[in-house]
Amino acid sequence: MTQRTVELSILRYRPEEDDKPWFQTYQVPCDEDWVVLDAINYVKDHLDGSLSYRWSCHMAVCGSCSMMINGDPALSCKTFIRDLPEGPVRIEPLANFPIERDLVVVMDDFMEKLQRVKPYLIRSTEKPLEEGQHLQSPAELKKFKQYTLCINCACCYSACPQYALIPEFIGPAALTLAHRYNQDSRDQGRDEREDVVASNEGIWDCSFAGACSDVCPKHVDPASAVQQMKIASTVDWFMRRLGLGGGKS
Amino acid sequence: MSRKPYVREISHTTWYLARRRDLLHMAQEVTSLFIGIYTIMLLWGVKALSEGPGAYQVFLDALGSPLVIAFNWITFVIMLYHSISWFSVTPKAMPVQIGEEFLPGGIIAAGHYIAWVVVSAVIYYLAGGFNG
Amino acid sequence: METIKTDVAIIGAGGAGLRAAIAVAESAPDLKVALISKVYPMRSHTVAAEGGAAGVIKQGDSLEDHFNDTVAGGDWLCDQDAVDLFIRQAPVELTQLEHWGCPWSREKNGHVAVRPFGGMKNERTWFAADKSGFHILHTLFQTSLKYPSIERYDEFYCTDLIVADGVCQGVSAIEMRTGLMQLFQARSVIIAAGGAGWMFPFTTNGAIKTADGMAMAYRAGVPLKDMEFVQYHPTGLPGTGILLTEGCRGEGGILVNKDGYRYLQDYDLGPPDPWPRNKAMELGPRDRLSQAFWHEQKKGRTVGSRWGDVVYLDMRHLGEKKINEKLPLVRDLAASYVGADPVHELVPVRPVVHYMMGGIHTNIDAATPMPGLYAAGECACVSINGANRLGSNSLTELLVFGKRAGEHAVEHARSAAQPSESEIRQKGEEARKRVTDLFLREDGGENITTIRKEMNETMESGAGIYRAEDSMRETCDKVLELRERFSRVHLEDKSNVFNTNMLYTMEVGSMLEAAHAVAFSAINRKESRGSHQRLDYTARDDGSFLKHSLAYYQGEVEPRMDYLDVVITRSQPGQRVYGGSAK
Repeated sequence: MTQRTVELSILRYRPEEDDKPWFQTYQVPCDEDWVVLDAINYVKDHLDGSLSYRWSCHMAVCGSCSMMINGDPALSCKTFIRDLPEGPVRIEPLANFPIERDLVVVMDDFMEKLQRVKPYLIRSTEKPLEEGQHLQSPAELKKFKQYTLCINCACCYSACPQYALIPEFIGPAALTLAHRYNQDSRDQGRDEREDVVASNEGIWDCSFAGACSDVCPKHVDPASAVQQMKIASTVDWFMRRLGLGGGKS
Repeated sequence: MSRKPYVREISHTTWYLARRRDLLHMAQEVTSLFIGIYTIMLLWGVKALSEGPGAYQVFLDALGSPLVIAFNWITFVIMLYHSISWFSVTPKAMPVQIGEEFLPGGIIAAGHYIAWVVVSAVIYYLAGGFNG
Repeated sequence: METIKTDVAIIGAGGAGLRAAIAVAESAPDLKVALISKVYPMRSHTVAAEGGAAGVIKQGDSLEDHFNDTVAGGDWLCDQDAVDLFIRQAPVELTQLEHWGCPWSREKNGHVAVRPFGGMKNERTWFAADKSGFHILHTLFQTSLKYPSIERYDEFYCTDLIVADGVCQGVSAIEMRTGLMQLFQARSVIIAAGGAGWMFPFTTNGAIKTADGMAMAYRAGVPLKDMEFVQYHPTGLPGTGILLTEGCRGEGGILVNKDGYRYLQDYDLGPPDPWPRNKAMELGPRDRLSQAFWHEQKKGRTVGSRWGDVVYLDMRHLGEKKINEKLPLVRDLAASYVGADPVHELVPVRPVVHYMMGGIHTNIDAATPMPGLYAAGECACVSINGANRLGSNSLTELLVFGKRAGEHAVEHARSAAQPSESEIRQKGEEARKRVTDLFLREDGGENITTIRKEMNETMESGAGIYRAEDSMRETCDKVLELRERFSRVHLEDKSNVFNTNMLYTMEVGSMLEAAHAVAFSAINRKESRGSHQRLDYTARDDGSFLKHSLAYYQGEVEPRMDYLDVVITRSQPGQRVYGGSAK
């Protein structure tokens, strides 16, 4: 297997020693089929045991190893060294989040926002378990399926210029999750979510830069979800003006 | 408490210079100023019309100035750019599902172009454009 | 040390932990739940399960078939009362998930779809494309956000159970972002901390699966049951060990050797029908398929690749549409990590460590022998999986027994005696001392990476697909040596905030303890059964070993072994028959 020595330039921040982050470089002998995470693991195992970062599945599904690679948010377990340009690889913690230490960011805000959109099935009347499953056609499933695929890696928050400027913005992943449930044929909770989703911090803070969809490693396309909610919310508004009902906004 | 989370401040005036994607986005946002000014100009025209032939003639004369013509050309190009970039993302904002499958994005965008041409033709007709 | 008082403390927030938390919140909203996990719930390894969850739902299938498949699949080492409960509760729990919004794949008529799976007589595996575990985990996590009584403690690493008056009354944990030790005082404790695949070098498991929960219970005196049974999944991607679901074969994928020959027909799994036949060929059980690979390798009929020997998984005949619809993740993973698009190319695969059948000894109520302590999910051994788990039983297991653990923990919490607070604090101090000692330890010339790698190597050589006395003896000795050397490892990083050097070191400590139980249980089981295949004792020996192994922690020395009869209700041990003559 052919090897290539790659220079990793990693942003370090150790709160007990450092006042501000700084770059540390490591020379890593990489196999041709390595991803960036493999190179970072090499550093941890062989060069510097003090480097901290999150990771687990190494198959792009747990969402923990997202970081900035050469300036863009990405999963380090799905970014192949061979696909990066020659020269040093710049690795930083996810942008737009406070740095806890090294490549570990503080996720509190993200977690709080996920919870705020009520991301669970809401029914006006629960169907008893004894009555069995809800029926849902493949077409009804497909209507929202794409929006179930978010792995909560937070790459979208890192790319979103609005979240960078307005930290109160609920942001792409959480809004997409609201849309996922709104679009589910089994759900009846859209009105309840609308209070959060269509608030000042919700969909109307989105300027449709589309960066979230550009960087999403699972092709969830959060930008589309947010625009669809804007349209639905606008339609509601006009319907109410015309006295034709429509959900609240 | 040994925690000391570090917040990377971003500049609220120059943040978009760092990445090409953000720069393009801001360019698009800024160009919408032209559309805004154009809209104000149109409203001015409507107001002038309501004030009588004299006022409207002043408006028409103003439109003939080279500066305004140049502005209108620039706005026209920007308008085209905005229309095309908007139409290209309409499949995201307005997906159409027929049966199980979603209509391909190209068809939805094409529908918008066709509607655009038709509406433009109708306006041109109403303005008497087809009468020579 | 801060004390956090709660009613039910749950260690681990994957599928089982979340299901248990919801069960507590629903059945006893007045009880506080502390859901403690070393990672955010969405990172838990349930997320990586692909194929689906088994539960009888379809016309023509029967609970009796699911029972028989599971018991025979486990080579009669399953407790049949537990299997009975499991197969009955399976459809209820899967329907419950449907009610919570799980995006199960559907039939045209709107009913939940099921797919065939290895060792299952009928189609009964509910699936959400090939991301079933991901959807189950996210559905559970998102649903858990509804309940105000569930308090999450994300990124808290539990170190020791707090046992006072012989009753489990809490757990100590390090808050990763501060480095502070916290003491959770609880009236019941549930361990749902997952498996231990990382003690092996080549595994489908995520890096977080490091035996923490098993080791914690083991050190506290609870036996680890049937630890010698380690499941190799037959189709992992070479190099990374990434799982390619059994669903690939359920949908019709075939396995071929270097001559393009469907070699499974040589191992009592034929006939090689062109269509998938349940319980035959590629839909045989995992132990038999992984063993067949080993034999092919010995015969020189595998393919040499830059990642070592492989066979091929051929899915080309399924067509692009079906692969995109049913196996989109598999396509993405194979194309990305080995550069083979299953629509057009053969995908190299090889057996890979996937699942621990063994774990913390529990009864049918998810209760361990220690009052106040419950366990569910991969870290537990009820046992419904016996000597070999059937694919798609584990996702269902964590629901059925996660819920059960929650409900029984509630019962115990309601009736538990007053907490022994002074003893709890004293035990908490002892737990803290274990960690501070690690911080204070001087450089003893040992390196944590080296120890982990040596453990990985010795586990593969001594506790792999086929085992023999000599190699197992070597492994037992090696693990003993590594445990001794581990006591001389010092921390390179002595900081408090998110110290992963400390975390990884403690994880290796847990794995070494559990690895010792694996190796020692294996060498003492002098028969071949399910996933435990010995070259020196090739036959199953029901006379001596129709029994669960129980390994008891004895400190730095080898564990003490004990044995427990298997519960047999109505299926007497027989021959496991797969292939054309399978029933």
